Amino acid sequence: MNNVATFVHVDNVAKRWNGQLGVENISLSIPRGAFVALLGPSGCGKSTTLRLLSGLELPDEGQITIDGRDVTKAAPSERNLSMVFQSYALFPHLSVAENVVFGLKVRKVGAAERREKLTRALEITGLLGYEDRKPGELSGGQRQRVALARAIVANQPLCLMDEPLSNLDAKLRASVRKDIKKLQIDLGITVVYVTHDQTEAMSMADMVVLMKDGQIQQTGTPEELYYKPSNTFVAEFVGAPPMALIEGSALPGFGEAARIGLRAENVEVAEAGTGRMTCKVSECEFLGSETFVGLSHPGASGLTVSLPGLRNIPAGEEMEIYFFDKDLHFFDSAGQRLAQQAG
Amino acid sequence: MADHVSKERRRQAIYGWILLSPAAILLTTFAFYPSLATLWSSLFSRETRRRPSEFKGVENYTDLFADPTFWKVITNNLMYAGATVPISIAIALAMALWANSKIPARGFIRTAYFTPTVLPMIAAANLWLFFYTPGLGVLDQIGGLFGLPSVNWLGQPETALWAVIIVTIWKEAGFFMIFYLAALQTIPEDLKEAADIEGCSRWTYTRRIVLPLLMPTTLFIMVNALINSVKLIDHLFILTKGGPNDASKLILYYIWEMAFAFFDAPHAAAMTILVLVVLGVVAGIKFTILDKRTHYQ
Repeated sequence: MNNVATFVHVDNVAKRWNGQLGVENISLSIPRGAFVALLGPSGCGKSTTLRLLSGLELPDEGQITIDGRDVTKAAPSERNLSMVFQSYALFPHLSVAENVVFGLKVRKVGAAERREKLTRALEITGLLGYEDRKPGELSGGQRQRVALARAIVANQPLCLMDEPLSNLDAKLRASVRKDIKKLQIDLGITVVYVTHDQTEAMSMADMVVLMKDGQIQQTGTPEELYYKPSNTFVAEFVGAPPMALIEGSALPGFGEAARIGLRAENVEVAEAGTGRMTCKVSECEFLGSETFVGLSHPGASGLTVSLPGLRNIPAGEEMEIYFFDKDLHFFDSAGQRLAQQAG
Repeated sequence: MADHVSKERRRQAIYGWILLSPAAILLTTFAFYPSLATLWSSLFSRETRRRPSEFKGVENYTDLFADPTFWKVITNNLMYAGATVPISIAIALAMALWANSKIPARGFIRTAYFTPTVLPMIAAANLWLFFYTPGLGVLDQIGGLFGLPSVNWLGQPETALWAVIIVTIWKEAGFFMIFYLAALQTIPEDLKEAADIEGCSRWTYTRRIVLPLLMPTTLFIMVNALINSVKLIDHLFILTKGGPNDASKLILYYIWEMAFAFFDAPHAAAMTILVLVVLGVVAGIKFTILDKRTHYQ
């Protein structure tokens, strides 16, 4: 299992609180230099997993190795990692410069080296000129960059990020997303990134770990999660709009498949009488270049068809849809993906 | 349009004054006017049956400066403040840091620390009187176990002031701890976590992060402790009555004595004014110099 490229290895880790479920059976192999996103709805255990990696929580079971060293019980500072907190965790009484070099001072790095590293980190994050400001005098985006600068200056091979963008507005989020990705590549560091936003995970990560109820649902590249969801939860979580699920009974001819998944981009509007399913329009969502038309059907949930440009179809209108068998995903009654295309 | 705006502005001004007036009226009646009246009466001589009160200028003040008891009382009060303020703050901080950490029976410890605060000062003094009593007292009983001689803690000039100081610290530390506890709970948990990841020791974290963030609270407590060191004298009535030989007499006790035991109101007024001036200067320093160097969240 532990091949050469593996940098962080998590083996069967569990953490419970008062017997209640925290996370269970977490196993992960993260290659060096990878960007890994821990994705999932709130309360799924993704932050707990990150905190187990950081050493802020210790696992009840299992083993964690970083860079070949067993760190299961090691203190956070012995793990050679840096962390960016959701709230940034900046020291409010210290200036930007003091915040950034705080760790270096603790590790007794000389003043000259400190200044040099500080300048570089501020340069990278575009914070030059803000050295003497207090966190309270900065905007949310700037504070976020101070937190990044603090992680950069630590110069650790592994950086953990706990929803670092969730306090930023949508526009800023998109630009910082690119900055973080670029930073990760430039510095060649391994990043483990917690998010509940699938767009963030899909656009930044080399590897996405989708979690639910303390368990890993699927680990893979963004493409794998999108094109080969391993169960109905993944299918419905990944993608905008999420995959529609059709009851096997509503679309007969596919043998044991209890539910059949279908993505919006694979649905086409058919001429009356030639469609495979007849639905009713429930709502239209205009996004600029396209319009998502929500469809309702008694045997399906989340059916959507994507139409170019602005469309305004009155709700309740009947619409027939067509799709190809190759675009269908099949799940058994437990929600697990069926390897073979049934039928 | 302009008319409407000025009307609205006037309405706002009236509204503001209405909000201010209850506090302003009460403070004027019970604080500002008495202060001025005290200042005024400190400039006149004592009225007796034979001689009416007459204007003496600053003579009452020069009398005080020539009075050795006055200087003795000032020295006592400076020592009293110099000991009670820093020591009770240090103990309060230590207790708060401990009671804020994850320990068993945390609620019990907090309650135990806070108990002295709930007691009236007179009750606390009676309690300590029992501790200090020579022969019968708890201190002597314990000392006796180790063969130490009996000590009259309150009855000898060398120890009386210190005995009083200890009672005050015991009484105040728990109260100040509550402020520190509240302040500690406003420090986000993730600051500690961020420091942990950097490999920051507990001591460095306390010194570089916690103490600076507690600075506003420390300042608040310091001013309160200082004011208390002047105004809290209830226990003197029980413990020492300022004696022996003025060894534990504090300035407010002396003012009380002057006014109601010696019936010398003008000198008591003059002393009161001096205390007001000193406390005013302290408050001025607090609001200007110290506030600028403190981080408020």
